[in-house]
Amino acid sequence: MNPFTYARADHAEDALRLAEPQGAKFLGGGTNLVDLMRETIERPQSLVDVTGLSATIEETSAGGLRIGAAARNSAVAEHLAVRTRYPALSRALLAGASGQIRNMATVGGNILQRTRCTYFYDDDGSRCNKRVPGQGCDAIDGFNRIHAILGASSSCVATHPSDMCVALAAFDSVVHLRSARGERAVPITEFHRLPGDTPHVETVLEPGELIVAVELPPNPIAQRSTYRKVRDRSSYAFALVSVAAALQIEGSTVKDVRLALGGVAHKPWRASKAEAALRGREATEANFRAAAAAELIDARPLRDNAFKIELAVRTITAVLQQLTEEAR
Amino acid sequence: MRFLINGQSVEADVDLRTSLLDLLRDHLNLHGSKKGCNQGACGACTVLADGERILSCLALAVQYQGREITTIEGLAEEGHLHPLQRAFIEHDGFQCGYCTPGQICSAIGMAAEAKRGMPSHITRDLDTSLVTLDRDEVRERMSGNLCRCGAYNGIIDAISEVYVEAE
Repeated sequence: MNPFTYARADHAEDALRLAEPQGAKFLGGGTNLVDLMRETIERPQSLVDVTGLSATIEETSAGGLRIGAAARNSAVAEHLAVRTRYPALSRALLAGASGQIRNMATVGGNILQRTRCTYFYDDDGSRCNKRVPGQGCDAIDGFNRIHAILGASSSCVATHPSDMCVALAAFDSVVHLRSARGERAVPITEFHRLPGDTPHVETVLEPGELIVAVELPPNPIAQRSTYRKVRDRSSYAFALVSVAAALQIEGSTVKDVRLALGGVAHKPWRASKAEAALRGREATEANFRAAAAAELIDARPLRDNAFKIELAVRTITAVLQQLTEEAR
Repeated sequence: MRFLINGQSVEADVDLRTSLLDLLRDHLNLHGSKKGCNQGACGACTVLADGERILSCLALAVQYQGREITTIEGLAEEGHLHPLQRAFIEHDGFQCGYCTPGQICSAIGMAAEAKRGMPSHITRDLDTSLVTLDRDEVRERMSGNLCRCGAYNGIIDAISEVYVEAE
């Protein structure tokens, strides 16, 4: 690990001031950053500890929830308002990492964990455009079973590993940012970037900008939501494919639906095409499958991960079937 | 830096890069917490911070000043083993023993989480704060602790004896 300086911030202004020098990074629970620093893949010159900033989960005047960026993953997962009004978010968090890591990791840190693959970590054996921009990517023609099938580029095929962000994407959540220039709010679906030819730039966050909170808008449909994660072992593994879904049925018709996918792209993937294909249609298994297929029509598999296309279609269909049965 | 470890306040002059695990093992001679993978994958380094289980290998020591850290060395009281330590012996909850301190600290944190109503990935009903720990719940909640001897059945037996109410 390279040497660094350390300072603990008491509030957001404090954090922004401390992070002014070039090479500073904000530190949450450290579950990703400390690991990458140990591998010298991340080499911050100074760390600004933001775990003392707001971790409050509170009602918004609009009727949604605002979650302070320093809230621990476990604290969000067990919060009663999250469990009852946004169950897919609670389930996504509980499907992620392990009990120990959920106790450490913050919401802000979860969003900002690196989009990554094993080649990204292999700094003395593999080429990676994230690690060394312009170097090339050894994953594209390598072992790429776990890699992206949607929105990837010839520069990068890594996936964003967060479960939490998939549920946030399904619920039109908004990320609140603060910098010396003021505040701004970015929809979570626009916060992470697709790789293009600059895969080392993973978000729209600007230098010195800090995530202060995530806002869940009021969303009655979210109450009937769930999260399903398909992985190589039944616990403590990244998703091969995951689905966050919310469904509102009137009679036998889909009145409204929210769908987002994990494990398939460089960012949490909002499945807007599938949603559009379902609104106003009969809630039948055949329609669910057709809508899922419409989303995956743009999928571009690599050597080892074509199975993810059918897996995503089946998982979307199964989750929508489950929500339909629960609504009856 | 000043730390609170197993009820004792200790001063240590350590590099900022020192993990909580290295602080314990290399500077305070507390060798109970183990270094398995040193990258957050195995759980052998699990300790309790203010009663919450965390991975000490991914924790920078500097962040844990002022927090109450409990390691496997801090569980026995007046020479009497913690009930879970006794249960691990009783049920052969280990073979080589390398993962055991992490398993035990993790299980203590896990039981406290369940007691206050924390659901798990397999909890069916999220609407209630009443969690019934059964063997499947224990398995899911302990998935962050690996045992390469494969002593899982003994581990689950030991944890169940102490924390799972008899049917």
